[in-house]
Amino acid sequence: MKFDTIIIGGGLAGLVSGISLQKAGQDVAIISTGQNALHFFSGSFESVEEPPQRMADLFSEAGIRLQYRPGVRLMPLGTFRPATLSLDDINLFPTPRFAKKAMIVNFTGYHDFFTDFLAEGLEKQGIPCRVQLLQLPELDVIRQSPSEMRSVQIARTMDRIWEKVVQEIRVRLDDEDTVILPQVFGLQDLSVPGRIRQGIPAQIVFVGTLPPSVPGIRTQMLLKRRYEILGGTYLMGDEALKAHIHDGVVHSIVTRNLDSHYLEADNFILATGGFFSKGLKSNPFRIYEPVFGLDVTFAEDRNTWYSPDFSADQPYMDYGVKTDASLHALQDGKPLKNLYVIGSILGGTHPEFGTAAGLAVRSAFAAVDQILS
Amino acid sequence: MKLQEYTISKHNFEECMKCTVCTAYCPVLQVNPMYPGPKQAGPDGERLRLKDPYFFNYALKYCMNCKRCEVACPSDVNVADLIQAARIRYDRSKPKLRDRILASTDFMGTLARPFAPVVNGVTRLGVTKSVMDATLKIDHRRSFPKYSSRSFESWLRRHAKEQAAFPEQVAYFHGCYVNYNNPGLGRDLVKVLNALGVGVQLLEKEKCCGIALITNGMSDKATRHATHNIDAIRKAVTDRGLTVVTTSSSCTLTIREEYPNLLGVDNADVRDSVLMATRYIFERLEKGATLRFRTDYHKKIAYHTPCHMERMGWGVFSEKLMRMIPGVEFIQLDSACCGIAGTYGFKKENYEASQAIGAPLFEQIRAVNPDIVACDCETCKWQIEMSTGYTVENPISILADAIES
Repeated sequence: MKFDTIIIGGGLAGLVSGISLQKAGQDVAIISTGQNALHFFSGSFESVEEPPQRMADLFSEAGIRLQYRPGVRLMPLGTFRPATLSLDDINLFPTPRFAKKAMIVNFTGYHDFFTDFLAEGLEKQGIPCRVQLLQLPELDVIRQSPSEMRSVQIARTMDRIWEKVVQEIRVRLDDEDTVILPQVFGLQDLSVPGRIRQGIPAQIVFVGTLPPSVPGIRTQMLLKRRYEILGGTYLMGDEALKAHIHDGVVHSIVTRNLDSHYLEADNFILATGGFFSKGLKSNPFRIYEPVFGLDVTFAEDRNTWYSPDFSADQPYMDYGVKTDASLHALQDGKPLKNLYVIGSILGGTHPEFGTAAGLAVRSAFAAVDQILS
Repeated sequence: MKLQEYTISKHNFEECMKCTVCTAYCPVLQVNPMYPGPKQAGPDGERLRLKDPYFFNYALKYCMNCKRCEVACPSDVNVADLIQAARIRYDRSKPKLRDRILASTDFMGTLARPFAPVVNGVTRLGVTKSVMDATLKIDHRRSFPKYSSRSFESWLRRHAKEQAAFPEQVAYFHGCYVNYNNPGLGRDLVKVLNALGVGVQLLEKEKCCGIALITNGMSDKATRHATHNIDAIRKAVTDRGLTVVTTSSSCTLTIREEYPNLLGVDNADVRDSVLMATRYIFERLEKGATLRFRTDYHKKIAYHTPCHMERMGWGVFSEKLMRMIPGVEFIQLDSACCGIAGTYGFKKENYEASQAIGAPLFEQIRAVNPDIVACDCETCKWQIEMSTGYTVENPISILADAIES
C-alpha cells in the first residue's frame, strides 16, 4: 500500500503532523503501537514562547479550545509549574497566590486525587483550605470495584450527573472564593467543565489526577476523529518493525500486522516518543532506535546515564535520535533524505517540566513545512 | 537457558508497566462493575494466579475477548490472551446446556438447515423466545439469525467444474455463518473473485473455527476443531498450493492467532496463507488486476471495523476497497465495540450490558444515516441490524453489488 507520507507514532506529534498533511491534500497513514502519551497529558504546554495561532487553529478545527495566558498552573501534588498555553478547562494563573480561600472537593472512594498534598501546597502559599468529600450514590456502581475506580470511569458518570455535583458544592460552599476539583469532567460532553464553572459562584480549578488523563483522552479522541474525517488512515495497535532503505532514502516499512504487505511512501515521519513509548530502547551496552537503527546520542559510560538520586535531573532524558538542522534523521552520520524525526524521541524532554507537548507540536510543524515545500 | 523458560511468562505479561490505558478502552468495564477490568483480570491477576490458582476469579467470564485492551496497550501485552488462557487453565465449572447450544454453531446449523423455514418461523415467535428465555436464559429480546435451506457448500460443489476452469485458484474457509445462514455472502465472494479470474474451491472439510467453543469453556473441543482445520488448511496450502481466503474477521483471528496462542495448535507453516478476502483482493488489484465498477452505483457507506479486525489491523483493506468504488461516500465510524461479542450478547445475564456497550455506536450510525453499514463480522451485523434497523453488509457483498456482472 502506498501513501504520500507515513507517520510512525500516533501521539500528539504524529496527530498534529497527520492532520496538517492530510488537510494540505496528502494521503497519510499513521501507525501507532497502542495508545500514546496523550493519556498522561497534563492539558498544558510549557515551552511555547509566542501566541501560537497556527496551533490554536488546528486544535479549534478539531473542536479543542486553547487559551494563551502565560503564568503558572497548579500541579496534582500542590506545587506550581510555569505554563503558557493550555486546554481551556485547565486554569493558568499569573501567580501561585490565585485564591483567598479554597475548598478542595473529592469523591468518596476515589484514591487517585491527592487532596492532602494539595491542601499542604496551598497553605504554603498562604491559601487556607478545607477538603470536602462528596458521597454520591450514583458512583456506588463504580465503587463496587475499588481498584477500578479511576478517572475515566468517574468521568463517564460525571457526563450525566454533573448538575448534582454543582448542587452539592453550592450547598457546602461557605466563604471560599475557589473550588478545586479533580479533572474528571468533560470526557465525552465537552460542555461540562464550562457548565460547572457557570453553576458555582466561585473560581473553579480542575487539577490533574493519576492516569489516565481525562483531558488527554479527550484531546486524543478529538484529534484522531479530525484526522479521520480529513480522510487519514490510522493503523491502531500495529507496530513498525523495520524499514527498507536504499541510497539514503526510505522506501517502505514492514509492520507486525501487515507482515509481507509493505507500506510505501514518499516521506516518513518518526514520532515514536521516548523510552516510555519505546521510541528509544536500551540494553546494558547502548541506547538505540529500534525501527531504522538511527544514530542516538548517549554517553559511553553506562554509569553516567542516570543519577542514583531518583528525583534528580536524569541524563538519559536528554538522549535522543540525532538529526541534521532540518530534522532529517541521521544514520551512520548521514541524513536520510525523506525521514523526519519529531517529538520526544528527539531527546531533551523532561516530563517533570512538561516540555514534551510543546516540542511535539513545534517539531511537527517544522517537518510538515519541509514535506509540503 | 532453562531459567528463562521458568521466569518469562507467556503473552508478554511481564511487559505491563501498570499504565492503566487498557482500562480506559475496555467496553465491559464501562457497564459491568462485576468485571475486574483488563488490568486486574490480565497481568495483575496473572501474578497472583502464578503463585496460587486459588486467586483465579470466576468474574473473568465477563471478558468478551474483544481484544480492545490489546489494541490499546502501548507495551504489547496480550491482555485478552492472558484472560482467556487463565479461563482455559483454571475454570473448572462445566458449561451449561445453553452455552453448549450457543457454541455449537455448526452442529445447530446442520440440525436446523433441513427445516429452515420452520426453524426461522419458530425462533421469531414470541412464545419461543419466552420459553428459551425461561429455560435456557437466552434473552427474549434477541433476534435469531435465520437459517438457509441450502448450504453454501452444496451450492459450491454444484459449481465446482466451472470454478476449476479459472486460471487461478483459492480455497475458501467460509465458516458456519456463510454455510448455514448466509450463503449469499459466499456467492458474492465467488462473483468478485471470478471477476478477477480466480476460481474458488472448498477446503477438504472444514469445521467451525471454534471461537464460540473457546469463550464458552469448551477448549478441548475447540482444540480438536483447530487441529482438524489446520490439517485441512495445510492440505490446501502445501498440497494444492492455494491461498485460503475468509470473509469473517473473527474466524480469521481465531485461525491465525487463537489456535497457537490459546489452544497450542501450531499453525506457523500456514498462518501467512490464511487471509481475509479483502486483503487478498486489494493485493491483486495493487498488482495490476482490475475490477469494472457499475456507473450507476451510488451509496453512502458507514464502515464499522469489527473488534477482531482491529486486532488484526486489516480494516484498512476493507476501507480502501470500498473507497475504490466510484459513487461511494465513505464514512469511517468511531472505533467502538457493538456489544454482541459472538454468543456473549445472546445470554440473558449479558443482554443489558451488551446493548449499553453498543449504544454510542448505534447513536453514531443513526446520526450518519448511511444507506448501508459495512462490517466484516456476522455477529456485529446481527447486533447492529437488530439495534438500529440499518442494513449491514460485508464489504465483499458491497463489492459484488458494485461491479458489473
